[in-house]
Amino acid sequence: MAKTLAEKVWDAHVVRKGDGEGANAQPDLLFIDLHLVHEVTSPQAFEGLRLAGRKLRRPDLTIATEDHNTPTLDIDKPIADLTSRTQIQTLRNNCQEFGVRLHSLGDAEQGIVHVVGPQLGLTQPGMTVVCGDSHTSTHGAFGALAMGIGTSEVEHVMATQTLSLKPFKTMAINVEGTLRSGVSAKDIILAVIAKIGTGGGQGYVLEYRGSAIRALSMEARMTICNMSIEAGARAGLVAPDQTTYDYMYGRPHAPQGADWDAAVEYWNTLSTDDGAAFDVEVDLDADTLEPFVTWGTNPGQGVSLSAKVPSPDDFGDENAKAAAERALQYMGLEAGTPMKDIRVDTVFLGSCTNSRMEDLRAAADVIRGRTKDPAVRMLVVPGSARVRLEAEAEGLDKVFKDFGAEWRFAGCSMCLGMNPDQLEVGERCASTSNRNFEGRQGKGGRTHLVSPVVAAATAVRGTLSSPSDLDPAPESAAVRVDAA
Amino acid sequence: MEKFTIHTGIGVPLRQSNVDTDQIIPAVYLKRITRTGFEDALFAAWRKDPSFILNQAPFSAGSVLVAGPDFGTGSSREHAVWALKDYGFKTVLSSRFADIFRGNSGKQGLLAAELAQDDIELIWKELENAPGTEVTVDLVSKTVQCGNIVAPFEIDDYTRWRLLEGLDDIGLTLKHESDITAYEATRPSFKPKTLPARLSS
Repeated sequence: MAKTLAEKVWDAHVVRKGDGEGANAQPDLLFIDLHLVHEVTSPQAFEGLRLAGRKLRRPDLTIATEDHNTPTLDIDKPIADLTSRTQIQTLRNNCQEFGVRLHSLGDAEQGIVHVVGPQLGLTQPGMTVVCGDSHTSTHGAFGALAMGIGTSEVEHVMATQTLSLKPFKTMAINVEGTLRSGVSAKDIILAVIAKIGTGGGQGYVLEYRGSAIRALSMEARMTICNMSIEAGARAGLVAPDQTTYDYMYGRPHAPQGADWDAAVEYWNTLSTDDGAAFDVEVDLDADTLEPFVTWGTNPGQGVSLSAKVPSPDDFGDENAKAAAERALQYMGLEAGTPMKDIRVDTVFLGSCTNSRMEDLRAAADVIRGRTKDPAVRMLVVPGSARVRLEAEAEGLDKVFKDFGAEWRFAGCSMCLGMNPDQLEVGERCASTSNRNFEGRQGKGGRTHLVSPVVAAATAVRGTLSSPSDLDPAPESAAVRVDAA
Repeated sequence: MEKFTIHTGIGVPLRQSNVDTDQIIPAVYLKRITRTGFEDALFAAWRKDPSFILNQAPFSAGSVLVAGPDFGTGSSREHAVWALKDYGFKTVLSSRFADIFRGNSGKQGLLAAELAQDDIELIWKELENAPGTEVTVDLVSKTVQCGNIVAPFEIDDYTRWRLLEGLDDIGLTLKHESDITAYEATRPSFKPKTLPARLSS
């Protein structure tokens, strides 16, 4: 029978089929190939193992890093916040006790868990990947079935290396055409979420398909899969191809020698069969897509950057209308205001959505030779210590610092403000992160989700802007330092 | 896990859609390493507003939360479920739950009952017209009763069974440990392992 990619990966991991049929069917028991762990959602799971006298079944399929709480300044000093310090220390103790590999603050492989896995070559096509973090969907970019789970499930995976999972429905997101200059993967996914809504993907695994997706780099595909959860989806994935293999080849944990050949042979089978049916198909036109930005307090409340702040009356559904009213009030916005007239206080370039080399390069290309709006503060937080090192080797740190941005150490940082990087009450931020929820980046903070190039252009002008809104940069400066 | 069969308690109408887990419990409260004691963290930002529903009697003593669609979206933090339970909620009613939140609820004995939005609206009106009205949520018959309203709700059979029996998931899975061992023996050698660690050159 013809199968979708997601169904193939699922079927290859069934340890035990659930008993029963139809509505009475029990969930399947699926094997988990890789379990990513961080300090926030693991302490209670480790404690659960300890209380039950259970072992962590597969330390060799488990890896931990410190990211949510870690400071992005003074990382050589003890963490100032005592509860953060305790949580980090708890992870260190637990990893030692249960034999889990840990990349701690200061280590060259430390960083946001969803940046670290792919970077080490641990995320590979056809795998099942889980983590106590909803943005685990990121790893779907490799054609892996990757899901965020809660702490009870973290403990379940630790104890059994499996999860009981209910079957899912499949949704194809077909993105055909060619993106225009200044339009990126972030704009695709923000447009998808605006189209299907924050609950539109609920119960589905999304497969991103079409010529515009095939043309994207791995890092861009990660940006898209990362925000699948913002559409409510259980996971999102992209079929692996030569782009995937080129990215993986030579990474520390990529297969080597004969294993590489065997792996590629298997990976080549990982695409949706012709004739396989999706439960739902959604189309998006890449040719006409513009830079996208959110105006409200959930990621579905977005519009083209050239549009205006919508009015609650634009929404037919009573709940959507009420949500829009509340969002406008929280965001301090008037309906009808052009999005490009909105002035920001802060620009945040970072998070598991947009903190990789390409994101930093794209933003650097926009600001090089330009001057930052003096009223705007800009934080640049690389996704991992290794990204930071690579960026410095290319001189990107200098571009950001010359521009007036703060060049920080790696971590989740202002995406969720568990460390000191937070917005103040009423502070407005153009952010390359993934959630514009009330208070997400700091109590009372106001978030507009944007792409890296929109973030950079916004830092130049002080108002939400795309690179095409900028005056030409001086000729000599427009060339990248490393351009060859 | 505690068994859930039937619960009766004061209903709390929360007329809001897209109540994400950052609202249910802000990130600053996630630094704790315990699994209990999160009652102060529930809706912490909203509770600073005196007009918020949980700051008003008799709703403050509620145990049945009746929320708008897309409840529990966003972060996977199970702390959201712990905070609801620690505050005293036994069940949440909504016309649509985020998948991860629903999964976490099922693991922790918090009943996430899916009702038609029309029924949610009727219950909201009833609870607003007669604050303090009790809502009965019956997992055996899969119905909600509030005043004269009787409405069916949906929950998948497996979660229902586990809630009714109060079963521990890990214990259930470990009954099939031999299947796990057999599967492990078939995994191809090209699949990666985290140990021994290989680092970038």
